Amino acid sequence: MAVDVSQFYQVFFEESLEGLDNMESALMALDPQTIDAETINTIFRAAHSIKGGSATFGFTEVAAFTHVLETLLDEVREGSRALHADHVDLLLRSVDAMRLMIETLQAGDVIDPEDSKELKEQFEAILKGESFAGVTPQVAEEQAAPSTQNSTWQIHFAPHPEMLITGNEPIRMFRELSELGELHVECLTGELPSFESISPDSCYLSWNLTLQGCENLEEIKEVFEWVEDEADITYKSLKADEVKDYIQNAVDATGADNTVAPASDANQFMVDSMLQSPKNEVETPKAGPVETVVKEQPNVESISKNNAATTTTVAKTPPKPAEASIRVGTDKIDQLINLVGELVITQSMLGQLGEGDSEDFTQEKLLRLQEGLSQLEQNTRELQESVMRIRMLPISFSFSRFPRMVRDLSQRLNKKIDLVLQGEQTELDKTVMEKIGDPLVHLVRNSVDHGIESPADRVKAGKPEAGKVVLNAYHQGGNVVIEIKDDGAGLNRERILAKAIENGVVQAGDSLTDEQINDLIFQPGFSTAAEVSDVSGRGVGMDVVRRNIQELNGTVDVKSVAGKGSTFTIRLPLTLAILDGQLVRVGVENYIFPLVSIVESIQVNRNQLNRVAGGSQVLRLRNEYIPIVYLHEVYSTQADFHSIEEGLVVVVEFENNKFGIVVDDLLAQQQVVIKSLETNYRRVEGVSGATILGDGQVALIVDIAGLVKMGGATQALKQIESMVKRQPKVA
Amino acid sequence: MSAAEANVVENDSQNIGVGSSSQDESGEQYLTFIMADEEYGVDILKVQEIRGWEKTTPIPNAPNHIKGVINLRGTVVPIIDLRRCFGMDQVEYGPLTVVIVLKVDSSQNSRTMGIVVDAVSDVYSLDNESLQPAPNMGDSYDTSYIRGLATVGEKMVMLLEINELLDLDDIPNVNELKQQVAAAQASA
Repeated sequence: MAVDVSQFYQVFFEESLEGLDNMESALMALDPQTIDAETINTIFRAAHSIKGGSATFGFTEVAAFTHVLETLLDEVREGSRALHADHVDLLLRSVDAMRLMIETLQAGDVIDPEDSKELKEQFEAILKGESFAGVTPQVAEEQAAPSTQNSTWQIHFAPHPEMLITGNEPIRMFRELSELGELHVECLTGELPSFESISPDSCYLSWNLTLQGCENLEEIKEVFEWVEDEADITYKSLKADEVKDYIQNAVDATGADNTVAPASDANQFMVDSMLQSPKNEVETPKAGPVETVVKEQPNVESISKNNAATTTTVAKTPPKPAEASIRVGTDKIDQLINLVGELVITQSMLGQLGEGDSEDFTQEKLLRLQEGLSQLEQNTRELQESVMRIRMLPISFSFSRFPRMVRDLSQRLNKKIDLVLQGEQTELDKTVMEKIGDPLVHLVRNSVDHGIESPADRVKAGKPEAGKVVLNAYHQGGNVVIEIKDDGAGLNRERILAKAIENGVVQAGDSLTDEQINDLIFQPGFSTAAEVSDVSGRGVGMDVVRRNIQELNGTVDVKSVAGKGSTFTIRLPLTLAILDGQLVRVGVENYIFPLVSIVESIQVNRNQLNRVAGGSQVLRLRNEYIPIVYLHEVYSTQADFHSIEEGLVVVVEFENNKFGIVVDDLLAQQQVVIKSLETNYRRVEGVSGATILGDGQVALIVDIAGLVKMGGATQALKQIESMVKRQPKVA
Repeated sequence: MSAAEANVVENDSQNIGVGSSSQDESGEQYLTFIMADEEYGVDILKVQEIRGWEKTTPIPNAPNHIKGVINLRGTVVPIIDLRRCFGMDQVEYGPLTVVIVLKVDSSQNSRTMGIVVDAVSDVYSLDNESLQPAPNMGDSYDTSYIRGLATVGEKMVMLLEINELLDLDDIPNVNELKQQVAAAQASA
């Protein structure tokens, strides 16, 4: 029976894209000067699985392309080819090309082989250079490099059984060795006695170690200095091609698939466990050496490159497929299962209470019923929290693309940029994360393109040559705050104002505060970039950024100091799904206020109200003037109260300003599940969503920001501010 | 009456089964409903369910013909008042009023929406050939939301293209158009 493989396509696409992400980040961490075996292996593994998968599913274009890439990587991995900075660039570009291919396939389109042809040819050219080794001087140099500089040592290390008793730890020595060069460890387990006769503190193992890249034998001997008397150690120098054969043989001997390097961590663990507690030995492979590569991974957090190599990224972007999945840790699932178990117990307990006649229902049963219900409530809440946690991902998923992007951008723009990522572990709802990606990209691009000045200008301004862009994320209250900070020139006040007047957004005579001017950049069609580059400056940007963020019920604002830089701050709700709400009544309708924005609720007297010019009402509350919004007026419905004394004023805070919203009555506080109105209808101004109440009715969730804006309260606030400025003391 | 409605729903589901298997011979099936004594039809495959009228939660500052939203088993579904769309007289909605829940495909996504109608009428199988195209009313009238006109017995049934009709940004006023269609038919 033929198996329909197309059902596995989606998994393949997702795994491939994930693999490409891994490749990309490993490539970014790769320093051509000191090639790190594990990093190369990571890249190689990713490329190899994509090749294998694509060949299985018949995506020949991907397989063919990956094959060339893999061949190069394989040579680098085996040490027969040195890696150049150009190679890294080429590999990065090929990651882009492969991503495009996969996305094209995912969208159900056919791959255009022309797209990858050029890259493929470049790879093939590099590979051909190798077969004519010695003809091109450059290649000869590459070839020569490993054999002259890196001498290779083969070390046979056979400790005496009592070595462990003296507190010597082989793993520690190997780790030390690995700092001297690239280390291959082969463990010989032939001496292992049967399980019954094993003594836990004896060492039965011996090792063949191959160390590449260390010239000085003395350094190696130093490592074994302490165990010289307790072990038989022989040292032997190897030539480069012997090394290759040797390692190859070692890998073959393990019987493992030699194209996929075994995960070193797992093997590391095996060796560890064998040494430390031979009881675990049962789990280790029966015979044969175990290959382990120990190498510290360089921690590259910020990347700055100044070589102006032109990187041509593929401009075509295929449509995003709608299907999505999420990877969840098994611990989270286990927790869910436990909670469901508890829920079932509670349910059966309540079920038992419900049995029998009404006469059987005693006071005692009532108590147990109440107890059961409170238990049910707790179960439900915990279950809900656990389910929500499944959707939470660390924001590093979103941040991880920026090192690459900033690297490419800074190369293209000839700028030096240090990118600093902070708070990458901050967790955020997956939906929010996906939707915040594009606005973030835009803001980072803006910071790099407009914010950071050219190196020459920076030196002139007395700043370090390399500009700094900081991406920071943290939790604040019920919100996630993301900051994009640069130490560039800041927003150009004059140019923004000039542009605004030109566009007719602002009249020439208007006096605006700095915040108001900064806010202008979020207007549609607004770009102050003197020249339109392909990075930014087309003027379709900041308004889209703001709109996208508002769709997530978030806000974005900007602070800027001329010459010092600007900071964009995005505030987002932690999750889109659940909200702590305050139910209020206006007329016959119920509405939900987000609890986080409520400061207090008060009854007011008419004499606390004043009118400011223009007719808006303000409320005097403890030396503060607060603009008043009548919810029923904004929403065009009916309220029960006739004068403000009969209603209640809910004081809310929004962007550090307080507003009073007049409602009929306060009802219960409850958690509500947010349902989008956009799914079946469209975005409604002043409403952030809807929810379904306990009685099955739909209640709308009030968008405080939209409401106060629609109610003209922001206008009133400005009037108050200007009044207070003129008359500093509040009467 | 509510039992009768339930019957209609049952019939529908049976007919869907028949229709999908014998679509090639008998053309497409249409669920028809009555509004102000006129009969209208929609593609039965777009019909998700038929329910009784229930109170809606009004949406602030929504256009007149949006009655509000209801809770349809956890989904928030907007309800559109076709009488208002078609410029007919308003009637009091009661337990006998019917809401037809439809699946509407727009350019970006597919929405679930409800339309309020007076009563559900029947299910017809209609050949595509037997449909008359909507008469060309000149440039001033967009007739794209009319799939065609069918004659069943003595009656005229106006078949609606709901994807066009319930395009939120542009819900048309059919009233005027309908009169002209009738006039055009009478003269033909």
